[in-house]
Parts: sequence; C-alpha cells; structure tokens
Amino acid sequence: MLFELERVSLRRGGEPVLVELSARFPEGVSAIVGPSGSGKSTLLRLLDRLSDPDRGVVMFRGTDIRELDPLQLRREVALVPQLPALLDGTVADNLRFAAGLSDRDPDLDRLLGLAGLERSFADRDVERLSVGEQQRTMIARALATEPDVLLLDEPTSALDEQARDSVERTVVDLHRKLGNSIVIVTHDPEQARRLAEWVVRIDAGRLVEQGAAAGMLA
Amino acid sequence: MIGIDVTLGEVAAALVLVAIAAAISRWRGAGLEADIGIAVVRSFVQLTAIGFVITAIFDEDSLLLVVGLLAVMVVFGAFTARARARHVPGALTPLLIALALSATATLGLVLGLGIFPAEPRYLVPVGGMVIGNAMTASAVALNRLGDEMRGDAPRIEATLALGATARQAAAPSVRRALRSGTIALVDSTKTTGLIFFPGTMVGMLLAGADPTDAVRLQLILLYVLLGAVAISALTATTLAYRNFFTAAEQLRDRGDGAEQPAQ
Repeated sequence: MLFELERVSLRRGGEPVLVELSARFPEGVSAIVGPSGSGKSTLLRLLDRLSDPDRGVVMFRGTDIRELDPLQLRREVALVPQLPALLDGTVADNLRFAAGLSDRDPDLDRLLGLAGLERSFADRDVERLSVGEQQRTMIARALATEPDVLLLDEPTSALDEQARDSVERTVVDLHRKLGNSIVIVTHDPEQARRLAEWVVRIDAGRLVEQGAAAGMLA
Repeated sequence: MIGIDVTLGEVAAALVLVAIAAAISRWRGAGLEADIGIAVVRSFVQLTAIGFVITAIFDEDSLLLVVGLLAVMVVFGAFTARARARHVPGALTPLLIALALSATATLGLVLGLGIFPAEPRYLVPVGGMVIGNAMTASAVALNRLGDEMRGDAPRIEATLALGATARQAAAPSVRRALRSGTIALVDSTKTTGLIFFPGTMVGMLLAGADPTDAVRLQLILLYVLLGAVAISALTATTLAYRNFFTAAEQLRDRGDGAEQPAQ
C-alpha cells in the first residue's frame, strides 16, 4: 500500500479539519475527491509530512512517516501545491534548484517535455509565464527531484478548459512513462474519473467512501 | 578637547522649539501635544539619569561598571526590539544574542586595533551607540523577517515540499530581512556630510573641537556602526528564522484547514 491513514484527526484554530479519518491509497493513480473546504489539501499535506495530525498515524509503504527523514520523504514524494509558487529567476533556475537538492544535474529538455513545455521555456523568467505555464513548471520542478510519488493539489483549478485537458494528458503520461504513483486532489468527480484508478471521497474532514474508481464514480 | 558649559537655563530656552512643535500639532489637529509633552519629560528624566550614571562610572573608572551598564543596555534594547518583531516567534533570545555579540565583537575589535583606549570615557558612549544602532537594525530585520515569512509562506512551503531544508526554503526571506536591517545605515553613511551632519561630529564641533578631528572620529564611529549593524542583523535573522519551522522541517501554523478555494 502506498499510503495508509489510521484514525487521523487534525484541528486548526479550534475547528476540526480532519476527523478520525482512515483511508488507503494503493500504488497507481488515486484521487482525493470532495467539495471545497472538505480537508482535501490538508490530507495531501499530511502525506508529504508538511504537517502532522494531532492524532492518528500516516504510513508510507508500511512505515510510520514520523520514522522517516522528512527531507528524504519529500524527495521521494513530491507535492505540487494548488497555486504556483516558484522561486525568482528563470524556469531553468527553478529546475536546477530542485535537482540540486538531490545532487543531480537536471535534464532540462526531458523535464520540460514531460511537463508539456517547449524547450524554449528554459530561459524564460517565471514572472513572465501564464498561470498554466507556471503550473507546468511546478510539475517539471517536482519531477527534477526524480520522485517516486507525485502529490498534485488541484493542478488544473486555475486553468481554462484547454489548458486543463493538456495538464490532464500530462498527468496520465507521467504515470505511463515514468511509472510514478500519483495522488491528485480534485473537487471535480469527473476529473477523478478521467484520471484515477482509485478514489478516496471525503466531506467535512470525514471519509465518505473509498474504492476503485470504476465502481464508485460510474 | 575644549570644554563647553551648558546651563539648565539654556536647555529651558530650547523648549521654545518644543512649544512651536506643540502649537503646530494643536493648530493642525495632529493630536500629538500629549505625546510631545511625554517625550520632553521622558527625555529630560532619562538623559539626566543616565548623565548621573555616566558621571558615577567615569568617577569610579571601573571597567566592570561599564560592562554592567552595557549589559543593561543590551537587555533593554532586546526587549524594545522584540516589540517591533512581534510576528517572529521566540524573538527575544536571538535579539539578546545579536545585541550582545554585536557589542562584544565591535568593542573588542575597536580596543584590539587600538582605535580607542579601554577607558569608560570611550567605552560608554561608543558602546551605547553600537547597541542602539544594533537594536534598530535587528528590530527592522526581524520585523521584515516576520512579514516575509508570512507573505512568502506558499513559496517557502512549496520549496520544503521538494525536500529542501528550512534553511534553503527560508534563504530568500532571510536575505531580504538582513538587507532591510542594514540598508538604512548604509544609505545614510553614503550621504553623510552631504545631506546631514551626524551627531558625533555636530557635538564635537559645538564643543569647539578641530573639524579634522571631528570628521575623523565620526568616520571611525560610522565604520564601527556599519560592522555592528551587520553583525546584529545577521545574528538575529540567522537565529530567528528557525523558530518559524518545526523540527520536522515544517512551516509552523501554515494553512491547515485553510484550503484554498477551488474555482
């Protein structure tokens, strides 16, 4: 099992965000589906240990993630947040920074290609990119660390339909070409059906149901 | 150095200017009259008190007393600076260390290089200036650091999510905070003599010193202060940024539950 959560609870500012949530994510492409404010992003952040639950356990491939080195975990499990948040500089600067964290030299052409960007983007200043291009750069940057697992938080929420289709194709390709497992957060059940093999549906911080996408979202 | 006598009557005469300030405030409805009154009383009481303390220390000629006075200044300075750095968790310890280190390092170098002799007459005023400037610089730097860490939180967390350390993720914010702590003195040092006359030089000229001596002493102090503010801003930011992160390289109090609205 890629990730397992056992009775995970988390409060923030006195308000419950996740409540006794148990869920599992097999290898492959999974989706966390739920309405806005249901705790999807918080759940995704727990998988990368960007925060810890108040109670409960998060397991990554059978190990409690608190027993893992958080830096090592995040190099294996890369999270791409909902809104692009690149470092100042060019696209190539960002890719080099990320690759450098794992002592690698990035293959810029390959990374840009995987994220669906032209080679010419390498020297573009990130401030001059559209939101969709920035989101793709975020994906390329995450790939630069050569992660095993990608966590994508609403990767298409800021995009128009055409850009969305293209990013979705990129996600499917990544899984096919690289064999990475992917967990994608989306508020759109249709998108979950298009992309995922496994679905975890939550609402108000609680598990509603989980299972194979084909059975659940049909 | 030629002496100068200032009578209390002359000080009182200068209050005419304060009256003008209060009158302007009242005329234009700025509502600062009470604050101006408090400022006048506090400055009189505080400076008179420190005058007695300094006189006593000069009379005793004891380096231990000098160290004690400077230590008190460091503590007061750290508490004052903390008020400006309220968005920085646990700011007091970094500030105490920053001010103490800055004072120790700069005064140690000044003495070691033989710029000033180890006498209270030099150590007290120079130490006071060093600590005062170090306090301002570290307060500005940490104030900026607090703003940076909040404003740049999404970017910092996105960098952590790649497996970067807290240090790597915070580096751009720490750099900007350090810069903002030191830039004011760097800029004023650039324009010194053109746009304003610094206080030491003015004081020496008023006291009847030779302008060349006044200029040289002022240059020494400016250079010493540049070192002092750089050390204090660097120390404060370097020690304080870590308090924004947990031991597991997580950004504290970051957006849990504050899911961004989907479109």
